[in-house]
Amino acid sequence: MAWQALVSHKLRSFLTTLGILIGVTTIITIWTTIEGLNQYVFGQLSNIGASTVYVQKYPWVIKGDFWKYRNRKNITYKEYQALVQYCTIADHISPEVFAPKKVSYKDRKFDNIFVIGTNEEYSFTANVAPEIGRFLTELDVRNKRYVCVLGREVTDQLFEKENPLGKRIRIGDKKYTVIGVLEKKGNFFGQSMDNFIIVPFGTFRRVYGGHRGMRVALLTNKTERLEEMKDQIRGILRRVRKISPAEEDDFAINQQDMLTSLYKSLTSTLFAIVFVIGGISLLVGGIGIMNIMLVSVAERTREIGIRKAIGANRKNILSQFLLEAIVISSIGGVLGIILGYFGGSAILSQMDLTSGVSITSILIGFGFSTTVGVLAGFYPAYKAAGLSPIESLRYE
Amino acid sequence: MLIRIENLTKIYQLGKVQVRALNSINLTIEKNEYVAIMGPSGSGKSTLMNIIGCLDVPTEGRYILNDRDVSNLTDDELAQIRNKEIGFVFQTFNLLPRANALHNVELPLIYNGTPRAIRRQMALEVLEKVGLAERASHRPSELSGGQRQRVAIARALINNPSLILADEPTGNLDSKTGEEIMQILRDLNDAGNTIILVTHEEHIAQRCKRIIRLLDGEIIKDELNDI
Repeated sequence: MAWQALVSHKLRSFLTTLGILIGVTTIITIWTTIEGLNQYVFGQLSNIGASTVYVQKYPWVIKGDFWKYRNRKNITYKEYQALVQYCTIADHISPEVFAPKKVSYKDRKFDNIFVIGTNEEYSFTANVAPEIGRFLTELDVRNKRYVCVLGREVTDQLFEKENPLGKRIRIGDKKYTVIGVLEKKGNFFGQSMDNFIIVPFGTFRRVYGGHRGMRVALLTNKTERLEEMKDQIRGILRRVRKISPAEEDDFAINQQDMLTSLYKSLTSTLFAIVFVIGGISLLVGGIGIMNIMLVSVAERTREIGIRKAIGANRKNILSQFLLEAIVISSIGGVLGIILGYFGGSAILSQMDLTSGVSITSILIGFGFSTTVGVLAGFYPAYKAAGLSPIESLRYE
Repeated sequence: MLIRIENLTKIYQLGKVQVRALNSINLTIEKNEYVAIMGPSGSGKSTLMNIIGCLDVPTEGRYILNDRDVSNLTDDELAQIRNKEIGFVFQTFNLLPRANALHNVELPLIYNGTPRAIRRQMALEVLEKVGLAERASHRPSELSGGQRQRVAIARALINNPSLILADEPTGNLDSKTGEEIMQILRDLNDAGNTIILVTHEEHIAQRCKRIIRLLDGEIIKDELNDI
């Protein structure tokens, strides 16, 4: 019955539902986009092990004055040694120093390849594994050997089809023997994670200087003791640095969840804004539906009279008009879900990301449009249900 | 006894003025009667029809329909009585313009929860009875006035009501078509239906077996009419 009335006013029903359509489209577009982004970001962040913490000069998420951090001391080798000695909760500890270097093999030269100086523990803290050859060993590190492990991309650039194992490449001014190639890791926020070279920590310091700042990665296998480990690290460093109880830390203990929570706070702000905008168009849409339903009730007073005369009770009339409002609103909702999905996919494809149809977004679209339909339709439907049959039958 | 009306009074409040539309009416109607309620406009015949049709309730007095006192029922209870006991035929047909004949006829069944398949079947049967089975899928705008009124009669019959209430059923029809409708009503009465017809036209009233004349809210004459 509700359907019949709508079909006979196609254009009017469509225009009425436009507000709902726009509101739901907005919400679903952003929802789809954020879901796609979430999938990507959390996938990326999982590259940083959840139970690895990084001791560094700078925190990953800087709040307030940058200069406060700028003036901090670098993390030193002595501090690294203190962590190795006293941090009992950590199962793996690796020092990490970085520098971009010129790298060449035969006639192939590349500037600015990222070189990491670290130890054998790095394969645990950074969760990397050799695809061919082997990773650094304790002996390589202790003896400060001129050996290196290559990322997949560097390997492909330097060696093309040649077997890299045992070949000697030039990094800066020194020659290193290739002992292994790491498995491909893909991209981290568009940055290749396979375009680097790993050399023993001591070798790096001897060749490129030991004064530079470093970071220390610590991993515990006992996830439940992660917080405890952070406290232990804090205690060790404060003691080594002689920080008085009144002073705050002058180092940062970084962890994946800092980035996760930063990301979450950014997206939740975006969500809030979009929900307000979407909410306003749904409100306007709802007012439009209420308006047109009031017109519809007035136009169909006689029909209401007829229906009542032949036995329709209040509930019958109420549900007829309520259903009509819900149907109008849901049509906007369904179209909004479809358009919003395409909108979100279009935005994501600009960023080379994909998205799936999520049940949540469909439920949200339906939920919002139906709720608006019920709220906007109730008063007109209630008015219709309360009409007197005699007066309605007399209505011209 | 189908209808018993005792001391029935209806007072309308129009602003500060009280209008006494019906004044202490007493009336009984038996099953299978064919009654005309006559009177000029303002005589109270529409008010009486509304109350008999359970579209309205009396201010004072009692109205007993089929042994049930319906004088003080709620709107929804009245709706149920109308659905089950009364079939309306209106001067202006009052069909739903967007629904076809079949749907118009089955409408009362929707409101008492009859399943769809049975509804269809019953609607087709009554359309057959008024000779319009082959027009079932036509909308009111595609039917002549007489055909529309026959659809309305089919709708009134579908719940097999105790009472058919016809309000100026020929008022919007030419005399020949009006004659056809009157014949249908006569046939229905012969088949056992109780019919109450409200009219202000003498020649229509003369087709009924009993004529009740109203004036200023009172019954001034109640006589049997030999046809």
